[in-house]
This record gives sequence, C-alpha cells and structure tokens, in this order.
Amino acid sequence: MKLIIGQFVPGDSIIHRMDPRAKLITVFIFVFIVFLANNPWTYGFLLAFTVLGILVSKVPFSFIYRGLKPVLFIIIFTFILNALFTRQGDVLISAGWFQLTTAGLKQAIFISIRLLAIIVVTTLLTLTTSPIAITDGLETLLKPLKKWRFPVHEFALMMSIALRFIPTLMEETEKIMKAQMARGVDFSSGSLVKRGKAIIPLLVPLFVGAFKRAEDLAMAMEARGYRGDVGRTKFRLLKWHGRDTGLLSVLAVLTAALILMRG
Amino acid sequence: MSRERLIEVKDLSFRYKADAPLSLDRVSLEVYAGEWLAIIGHNGSGKSTLAKCLNGLILPETGTVLVDGLNTRDEDAIWEIRRRVGMVFQNPDNQFVGTTVQDDVAFGMENHGIDRDEMVKRMASALKLVNMEGTENREPHRLSGGQKQRVAIAGIIALQPSIIILDEATSMLDPKGREDVLSVMHELNKTKGITVISITHDLDEAAGSDRIIAMEKGRIVLSGTPREVFQHPERLLELGLDLPFAIKMRQALSEQGIAVSPDAFSEEELVEELWKLKSTI
Ligand SMILES: Nc1ncnc2c1ncn2[C@@H]1O[C@H](COP(=O)(O)OP(=O)(O)OP(=O)(O)O)[C@@H](O)[C@H]1O
Ligand SMILES: [Mg+2]
Repeated sequence: MKLIIGQFVPGDSIIHRMDPRAKLITVFIFVFIVFLANNPWTYGFLLAFTVLGILVSKVPFSFIYRGLKPVLFIIIFTFILNALFTRQGDVLISAGWFQLTTAGLKQAIFISIRLLAIIVVTTLLTLTTSPIAITDGLETLLKPLKKWRFPVHEFALMMSIALRFIPTLMEETEKIMKAQMARGVDFSSGSLVKRGKAIIPLLVPLFVGAFKRAEDLAMAMEARGYRGDVGRTKFRLLKWHGRDTGLLSVLAVLTAALILMRG
Repeated sequence: MSRERLIEVKDLSFRYKADAPLSLDRVSLEVYAGEWLAIIGHNGSGKSTLAKCLNGLILPETGTVLVDGLNTRDEDAIWEIRRRVGMVFQNPDNQFVGTTVQDDVAFGMENHGIDRDEMVKRMASALKLVNMEGTENREPHRLSGGQKQRVAIAGIIALQPSIIILDEATSMLDPKGREDVLSVMHELNKTKGITVISITHDLDEAAGSDRIIAMEKGRIVLSGTPREVFQHPERLLELGLDLPFAIKMRQALSEQGIAVSPDAFSEEELVEELWKLKSTI
C-alpha cells in the first residue's frame, strides 16, 4: 500500500533540509506579521516572501494547490463579501443594489492575499517537513512548558506513536473491509444511513484491535525500560545550521520592512 | 555449559485478580547462564505469566524471583533487571515503537539514558548482529514480520542483556521468517553467550534446546533435557501437547512392528537408526 502520511513530499531542497524548529518559528511569527500589512507595498512583500518560499522549496505547484483546495472556497467567499460590502472610494461597477468600489476591490484583494499567504506558508511547512520532524521540533520548542507541568515529552511520544500506527491501522481497515465485502457488505452505495450502518461492523473490530495493540505496546514499552521522561536521552538529533539562522534573518528583514513601509 | 545460576525462582505464585485462580502455582526454577531453555505447555498454562515475572512486569504474590541476585520486588533494581532480561513478544507489530528501524532500536537505549555517541555505535553493531544493517531508515510497514522481530532483538541486544526471552516470538511468522529469527538467536546464544528462554508451541524447535520445561495449570510438570522429556511421549500427549515429527515417526514405526530404540528423538538420529536397521537385514 502506498501511503504518504500527512502531505509530506520528500525532497532535498534547502527548505527540506532546514531544522524543523526554524521552520516552526518562522510559520508561527509569519502568521502574526501578516497582519502588519496594510498597503500595496507591504502586501507585495508578503506575496514575494510566499512565492520565494514556493520556488526555493521546489515543491510542484500542484501539491500546493491540493493543500489550498479545501480552503479555496473560504478565500473566494471572503473576497466576495469584502468586495460587496465595502462602500468607499470610486464606484467601478454599479447595478441595482450591487456596487463594486475601488476600496472594496482593494480590500478584497488584500484580505485574500493575507489568507492565501498564511495558508501557503503553513502548507509549505507540512509539505517540506516530515511529521516526525515536526514532532521533534515541537517537543524541543515547547520544552520550557515543562516547568508548568505541561507533558511535553508524553505529548511528543503520543504523536510519534500515532504516526507509527497510522499505516498499520489503515492496512487493518482495508483487511476488515475486504473481509466484510466478501460477505456481501456494500460500503460504496446505498443511502447515507445504509452506508453508515455498514461502517459499524468495520469500526467495532478496528477499535477492539486497536485497544489490544495499545495494551501490548504498553507492555513492550515497559519491558524495554520505559518509565516516562526520567533520565531519558534522545537519539533523534536536531542540528541548527547556517541556513536556519538565514531563514530567521530573512524573516527579521521581512518584519522590519513591513513595519517601516506600512501606511 | 557453565552452571552459573542467572535466574532463581522460588515458590512463585501469582494470580491476576484477587478472586481468580492461581495463574502460577508455587513455581520453582533455575535458569543457568548460557543455556537455551524451552518452555512448553498448552494455552493458558501460565508460560507468559511466568515470563512476565522474570523481568518484573508483574510481581509475585508469594515467593521470589532473583535475576543475578537482584530481586524483582526491589524498586531500585527493576530497571536494571529489565535491561538484563530482554523480551520479544508474539505480535511483531504491537511491539514496534519507533517510526523507523533506528528509532525502534534506539527506544530501549533512550529509556536507559545511554548517551548518543554510544547509541550510534551500539545500534550499528546490533543491527549487524541481526542481519538488518542498511535498513536504518525503513518504516515498520515496509518490513516483514520476521524483520520486525529481528529489529526488536536488535533493540534488546543494544542494551547488552544477559538473557532474552522469546514469548512465542516466531508463532506469527512464515517459515522463512521463523528460520531467520531462530538462526539469529542461536548465533547470539553461541557466540555472545546470551541465555535464551524460548516459549514455544513448536516441539521441533523445543527439541533443539538444552533443556525443556513443560507447564500445566500454572505448575511445572516436566523438566529435563529434550532426550529425557521426549522419552515419555504419552506424558506429553496427556498435557495436550503435540510431539516432534521424529517422535511421531518413531511411534508410527513401532506400531508397524519396526523396532526403533526410544533414544532416537531427532530427525538425524532416526535416519541414522533406520539406516542401520536396514543394513543389518
Ligand atoms: N491479563 C490477564 N488478566 C487476567 N487473567 C489473565 C491475564 N493474562 C492471562 N490470564 C490468565 O492466566 C492464565 C495463564 O495465562 P498465560 O497467558 O500465562 O498462559 P500461556 O501459557 O502464555 O498461554 P498461551 O499459550 O495462550 O500464550 C490463564 O488462565 C489466563 O486466562
Ligand atoms: Mg502466552
């Protein structure tokens, strides 16, 4: 079974090779500084940063589009709302109650760029960083929260075990589905209620199996000396390179430019 | 075989719930350094329960379990005991913790706080010992069952244990996978002197061990070398166990009036005897 967990597209662009911490910090800050933009210049910077990101990552545009598709509707919707209900500036088109003004158009374009930039940059993160690397990055970045008893290590381990078992459970689902189909269960046609009912005999064995697995896994982990976060070392190593400092510098420049150029 | 005692179990009793019957009933047992011990017995006879007592996954209700002199009841010693007594379970999927081979091998070492440079060294040699070098970045769903079990063994070897318990570790594998896992274990047993306790339903596999223990209803009912244990096939059948192929063959032959000595219990020995039998006629 071919399966890519999440949307990760393996590659070896400079963005792929960046430290997940650098990328996570960048995305986090980017989401905030997007709101600094308020004129053509600043929106232009945002757009340039985003496009540059796509180009450098060498991720085919079709993948980005795929990540965008589910939210495209929201972008178009906000575009239309903004275009229709902003009634300042010169009137461009007017028909009955419908009125498109220059300010409306500008506002609509700006808001769309804002949304688009946020979504593309986050998509770029998940496209160029494996889920396990994101988990590692989050674990390291969130480490200070341990002081307030936030279970950072447990959270990260949970994530990584979930990632490890997704393919296993998918395979199992497929197996059970085939077994049920061999007995004449139809998953793909009939009313919604009927299809929902067909799912139940699929879910029950799947859950029972998952619980059995969890029990076994807990036992195996204990047998291998797992005792939570106590005295634990880490094999996975995150290494900060020049390119990571570079990324944060670009981000700093972008932030400065946005602050200086905003109207 | 040296007779140094590695594990000492004395009068061990255990039950899972207060009102449940005993799953282990006054079991006493010694495991010697370097030996290959097979534990047989039908379903529910207490084999896995005994195994879990040996590394302190469960604690005795009465009696004691000592590993290299360390008591499993001693909370300060438990982690050291678990390092020394490695355990491979039945289901290859349900004991694979890491997202890749190297993460899984590292898991035990991380738990025991081994520093990273040492981890890298041990990982390389452990993967080599189980013939899995070059698979470091492979994900579990791209490995066969036998490969997963060998990765589990590598994760244990990396902790430099003195004993490895296989709890039906080959029962879900195809013949090739089973063969690979067992040959790796035999190699470790011979060259590294790692003691092996193999819980198995495969009597042919048990026939190749140094010593066999048979369990029933939480008790040890038979114990001895394979030769001694297979001397009394009726007893094994009574316990609900199958017989190794050679023994069945021997019985079938004697039913046909062909006298084969009761000593022949391995296939080779049987062939040897039959050969001689024929040549004297
Ligand atoms: N987690 C548990 N909770 C309650 N009872 C249990 C549990 N595990 C095992 N038992 C009971 O303890 C007894 C011994 O079980 P054990 O698993 O040790 O047998 P086994 O010899 O390993 O069998 P198998 O060959 O099926 O693996 C059985 O009667 C079983 O029902
Ligand atoms: Mg068992």
